[in-house]
Amino acid sequence: MIRFIISKLGLLIPTFIGVTLIAFAFIRVLPGDPIELLAGERGVSPERHAELMALFGFDKPMWEQYIIFLGNILQGDLGQSFITKQPVLDEFLTRFPATVELALCAIIFATLIGLPAGIIAAVKRGSAFDHSLMGVSLAGYSMPIFWWGLLLIILFSSPDMLGWTPVSGRMSAMFWVEPTTGFMLIDTLFFSEEEGAFGSAIHHLILPTIVLGTIPMAVIARQTRSAMLEVLGEDYVRTARAKGLPVGRVIGLHALRNALITVVTVIGLQVGVLLAGAILTESIFSWPGIGKWMVDAIFRRDYFAVQGGLIMVAGIVMIVNLVVDFLYGLINPRILHTR
Amino acid sequence: MSLLDIKNLSVEFQTAHGMFRAVDGVNFNVDKGQILSIVGESGSGKSVSMLALMGLLPWTAKVTADVMTFDGIDLLSISKKERRKIIGKDISMIFQEPMTSLNPCFTVGYQIMEVMKEHLGGTKKELEKRAVELLGMVGIPAPESRLKAYPHQMSGGMNQRVMIAMMIACKPRLLIADEPTTALDVTIQAQILELLVELQKKQDMALVLITHDMGVVAETAERVVVQYAGQQVEKQEVKGLFNHPGHPYTHALLNALPERATDKHLPSIPGVVPGQLDRPKGCLFSPRCEFATDLCHATPPTTTNGVLCHYPLQDGVPTGHPGGQQSKVAGGNG
Repeated sequence: MIRFIISKLGLLIPTFIGVTLIAFAFIRVLPGDPIELLAGERGVSPERHAELMALFGFDKPMWEQYIIFLGNILQGDLGQSFITKQPVLDEFLTRFPATVELALCAIIFATLIGLPAGIIAAVKRGSAFDHSLMGVSLAGYSMPIFWWGLLLIILFSSPDMLGWTPVSGRMSAMFWVEPTTGFMLIDTLFFSEEEGAFGSAIHHLILPTIVLGTIPMAVIARQTRSAMLEVLGEDYVRTARAKGLPVGRVIGLHALRNALITVVTVIGLQVGVLLAGAILTESIFSWPGIGKWMVDAIFRRDYFAVQGGLIMVAGIVMIVNLVVDFLYGLINPRILHTR
Repeated sequence: MSLLDIKNLSVEFQTAHGMFRAVDGVNFNVDKGQILSIVGESGSGKSVSMLALMGLLPWTAKVTADVMTFDGIDLLSISKKERRKIIGKDISMIFQEPMTSLNPCFTVGYQIMEVMKEHLGGTKKELEKRAVELLGMVGIPAPESRLKAYPHQMSGGMNQRVMIAMMIACKPRLLIADEPTTALDVTIQAQILELLVELQKKQDMALVLITHDMGVVAETAERVVVQYAGQQVEKQEVKGLFNHPGHPYTHALLNALPERATDKHLPSIPGVVPGQLDRPKGCLFSPRCEFATDLCHATPPTTTNGVLCHYPLQDGVPTGHPGGQQSKVAGGNG
């Protein structure tokens, strides 16, 4: 077990170095130098230019810059935002819970619907339900997020149509919730005295959750279906039936437990999709998370913020994948228990 | 009354080319504590007829029978739920591939205890005690330590023993063994067969042994059913079958036994079992039969004295065959 974890951790190091290299190169491969880019059309005087190059360390040789950059990352220093002059890490961490909250809701939504739908489709293979689910999930998978989000806003949020859900933000302006954990659902439920704030938080979450969860839901449904179809034909499923076990136990335990091995991996891989999707979803719904923050940073040419955000997001995806590998080992005894 | 009574059992599968009849009018009965063997080549419908009895066929299969009773219970008319109370408990079945028939995600202890919990109930402690007892009974060394083992940690032979332990856990009155030794290596095959026969005697259960190995039949069975292309071609006591086979197919199968070979070359039966698209009009065995006449090619035979043949063999001579005495079977043993 410990060896399994160590070997997986060992693989993270080269991946992480690769990510830092890309993040490092990203500012430096842009034409011109970063200071000129920052100055934009206004230009900058040669003296001020040299001063700024020295300030940010751009005058040192490339390898030295990289060593310093890597050293800073390891000490938790991702640099300062050009615009706000705040440490990038602080800015990231303040907004991160909002993204996590949205992403968690989306993946829970996707799993709660996608998994059972996939199972039913596999068990009732060839039925009307199966065909319609496959059609709907293909549509869901191919749907551009920004278009789907706008469509839902028009239908559900527009006062001319249904007017059920708010258009943007995490919370109605009527409430003020002090961020304790940063997770709006937890803060409003446990730490806030404001009545109705929790309801408002849920209200604001519904549409972004659906929009962000649609693609993972389609992927999970399809993967669950194909994994179940494969497993249902296995000899051990026949054995389970030959034992006279109830159908629910045969499908929900004997078959599903084996199908989950692939499905968990797929769910884990969706985390990367979620963070990418968060950038669009958060922009559509003005959701104050890291996706919107990074888009804003790009438009403001706040390169250190983009660079820091890139490293953090990549790091998070890597850690989630590690957790998935670990879960995979727990679900599949053939990985952990060897003869 | 027989423990298991099957009359005119047919199983049809819905395929892209219409209905395919995998089992065609099979009749047999098994008495309490008896060993019946079903023999035939691959594709002769041996397993399918037993899976039909267990209710384990996919939904594309259509099962019909005049009679299908177990201990007086009509298996055709009871609900799926009622059938589930019988299978795994009173009728259980072990399969060909021990390595894939056990669930890789659960320990063998769990899989054995699960079936007992379902049918008999009991506390975890009682179930564990009984599981250890069962593993000991099927000859697994250090059974206590094996409870927590996963199937992939054990050999094929060991897994088949676990499978047997699991399927006799509820003391079934009928055990169906579907080629239980085919996937195992030869040294283990004999051990598993011995174990099955020993358990059958000890627990006084009936055993249906599906096999394509005539040697296995000779060693274990009391009565034999020979199937060909879904049809039952012969039904006899084991002694009679080996000494006086009534169907040319049975005769040819016996001739293919290495022990009986007189020549340098082992005799074989030319051709293959007909499939869905090349089914002969008359007797299904006629394309491969050494005695086949125009009658055989044109008209399906009927069963006389348990033999489905126009010219059933009597002491190696096909009775009523136009060729008369000259047509005595090759390598005759009658």
